[in-house]
Amino acid sequence: MARMTMIEAVRDAMDVKMGQDSRVVVFGEDVGYFGGVFRCTQGLQAKYGKTRCFDTPIAEGGIVGVAVGMATYGLRPCVEIQFADYVFPAYDQITQEAARMRYRSAGQFTCPMVIRMPTGGGIFGGQTHSQSPEACFTHSTGLKVVIPSNPYDAKGLLISAIEDDDPVIFLEPKRLYNGPFDGHHDQKVVPWSAHELGEVPEGHYTVPLGKAVVRRPGQAVTVLAYGTMVHVALAAAAESGIDAEVIDLRTLVPIDYETIETSVAKTGRCVIVHEATQTSGFGAELSAIVQEACFWHLEAPITRVAGYDTPYPYAQEWLYFPGPDRVAQALRDVMEG
Amino acid sequence: MDKTPKIRLHVPDPPARPGEAPNFDYLPMAAPGETRMPALDEPAEAMRDMPWGLVRLMDGKGGAIGPWADWLGAVDPDMLRKGLRDMMTTRTIDRRMQMAQRQGKTTNHAQCTGEEAIACGFQSVLAQGDMNFPTYRQQGLLFAAGYPIHLYMNQVFGNAGDPIQGRQLAVMTSAKDHGFFSISGNLATQFVQAVGWAMGSAIAEDTRIAAGWIGDGAAAEGDFHWAMLFASVYKPPVVLNLVNNQWAISTFAGLTGGGSQPFATRGIGYGLPAIRVDGNDYLAVLAVSKWVTERARQGHGPTFVEWLTYRAASHTTSDDAGVYRAKDEAAAWPLGDPIERLKQHLIAMGEWSDERHDQAQAEIEDHVKAEQKIAESFGTMLDGGTAPAGAMFSDVYKDMPENLRRQRQKAGI
Repeated sequence: MARMTMIEAVRDAMDVKMGQDSRVVVFGEDVGYFGGVFRCTQGLQAKYGKTRCFDTPIAEGGIVGVAVGMATYGLRPCVEIQFADYVFPAYDQITQEAARMRYRSAGQFTCPMVIRMPTGGGIFGGQTHSQSPEACFTHSTGLKVVIPSNPYDAKGLLISAIEDDDPVIFLEPKRLYNGPFDGHHDQKVVPWSAHELGEVPEGHYTVPLGKAVVRRPGQAVTVLAYGTMVHVALAAAAESGIDAEVIDLRTLVPIDYETIETSVAKTGRCVIVHEATQTSGFGAELSAIVQEACFWHLEAPITRVAGYDTPYPYAQEWLYFPGPDRVAQALRDVMEG
Repeated sequence: MDKTPKIRLHVPDPPARPGEAPNFDYLPMAAPGETRMPALDEPAEAMRDMPWGLVRLMDGKGGAIGPWADWLGAVDPDMLRKGLRDMMTTRTIDRRMQMAQRQGKTTNHAQCTGEEAIACGFQSVLAQGDMNFPTYRQQGLLFAAGYPIHLYMNQVFGNAGDPIQGRQLAVMTSAKDHGFFSISGNLATQFVQAVGWAMGSAIAEDTRIAAGWIGDGAAAEGDFHWAMLFASVYKPPVVLNLVNNQWAISTFAGLTGGGSQPFATRGIGYGLPAIRVDGNDYLAVLAVSKWVTERARQGHGPTFVEWLTYRAASHTTSDDAGVYRAKDEAAAWPLGDPIERLKQHLIAMGEWSDERHDQAQAEIEDHVKAEQKIAESFGTMLDGGTAPAGAMFSDVYKDMPENLRRQRQKAGI
């Protein structure tokens, strides 16, 4: 066992799989010699050679397009999109090609591939380095969508994603790369070495796709969160004194109905938290799932705390970011409801 | 007074619209045998003259001339007769599927009339395991590869025998074991995927090669440029085929960039070797196909090929080209019809006759009709499409997730 950052955990997952399976190839912008702008692929080219880990032209559509071809050939590409904000030139190849290859060819061709991308804000990246586009992918059937919240999960989920026979969108909350950020941007940065989920086993292990986990058991209200917002929700629960049950979804598609429905049936209240813009965000889907399954258990309206429906601003980042105060207020609101 | 001229937007028009005389003077041409043949390992930078040429072999008198013909050598007349039959079969299937659409047996079909030589000739040089990434106008690849005709029709009819279970618009089939990749209706996406497949083959140190296919219209998409770029950077074993049939529905090739200079010249900018070919000359197709696939197999990397041809039919069954093209444009096409040209070539060689041609056509008609009968026994769209209802929910993922399980249950399927 070793304490790792989420960067190291992600790198270790690729290292383990590249060592085990010669079909696994890693490529993207700056990922080869340099090891990626966030250093997630550092050392992989030196260890596995230039045909297993290599740099690409700055062309996301080309990166994913060739990955689709490689996956249908029989390899297992694990590609990096440098920032999730840059993925849109590849949207056609992801949602119309990779996502539907198995279906449209009746299984003759499949796309076992992973598309990794740093997501979310909190690093003063402005509108083109801060977005959370997960709903763009959850709305496209045929894809799996994963967002880890800590190093242990990041490694186990990424190994599962690489081993999965369907295409997986793997969103890495960049503000969590180096520590469990709870939204208190004005306080001292906590490193993963000081957090129990920074403890990452060596070698191969998996965290299954499609399984949520309860991070904080509670009786009063269910909080559904993923990625950075898991830590924000935990802080909000502690600071509000409300006995919230905080669920880390980990995988958005396929969604873990059972964990969600069991919890809300117990608490009768639900707050949904995500950093992405609110309208048509994944919270809308979660809200529908909860009311369809748990309507008669609800004692207050389902409440969403999300990014405002504006582009992600630069100087106003902390006004925009749905931090612990906004989540705590939502918890108080549903308890009064 | 200000004498600075007003700037005006240039929106190009085709040389001829309905009511005007067909005109193809804008296309650079070359005489048969005139365009040179590079060495199989000639570097791209030494081949920058090639995109301006036009590889043609048939001299119109039963002969094949020039350096490409010399390199190709004498082609077994049986092979040429097979090529002729492949093209005739493809055209016959197209005609019958066009009819089937008018009868309501399918909602859609796309003919490749006038372009048959390219797919049929190219397929004849591929090896088992190679992979084509076709568009919806390369069905000739399938028939030249011996794909069962009724399987193709089953897909067109969306019936219970459809290999892809009714999941795609008619024509957009998939036949992996015949080296035919799943067709996308989104155009151009397969071009860069072909490059990725070939990169995979190179990473795995395999011997198989890929062939990407695209039209003049879709060559405007980003995927085209990504394919050219990644091919030039990583040099995988791929042939990038652009079939320039002059029209993308009503959009003439000049509007997508082919009017100012040949599409093949785009290879120069990417440092890719590029060749421009008379796509209606079956012997030219054979020679260049053999050359580019050999080059890829021997590790000399990708080649970009512009196949010059003409879309003699409408875009699909939903289209009427008479509304936007000059009448008799197909007849005025300077490179003629590929079936007629190979037929006359074989006749001039003393290896074919009008009688044998008519007899072959009758046999093909009978065969295609019989295959259609088999296909129709599985149903057509007149029966509402007989592909299994349950197939709608399967293969979205390898394992059906809970949301789909719940939806299927609610739908009662």
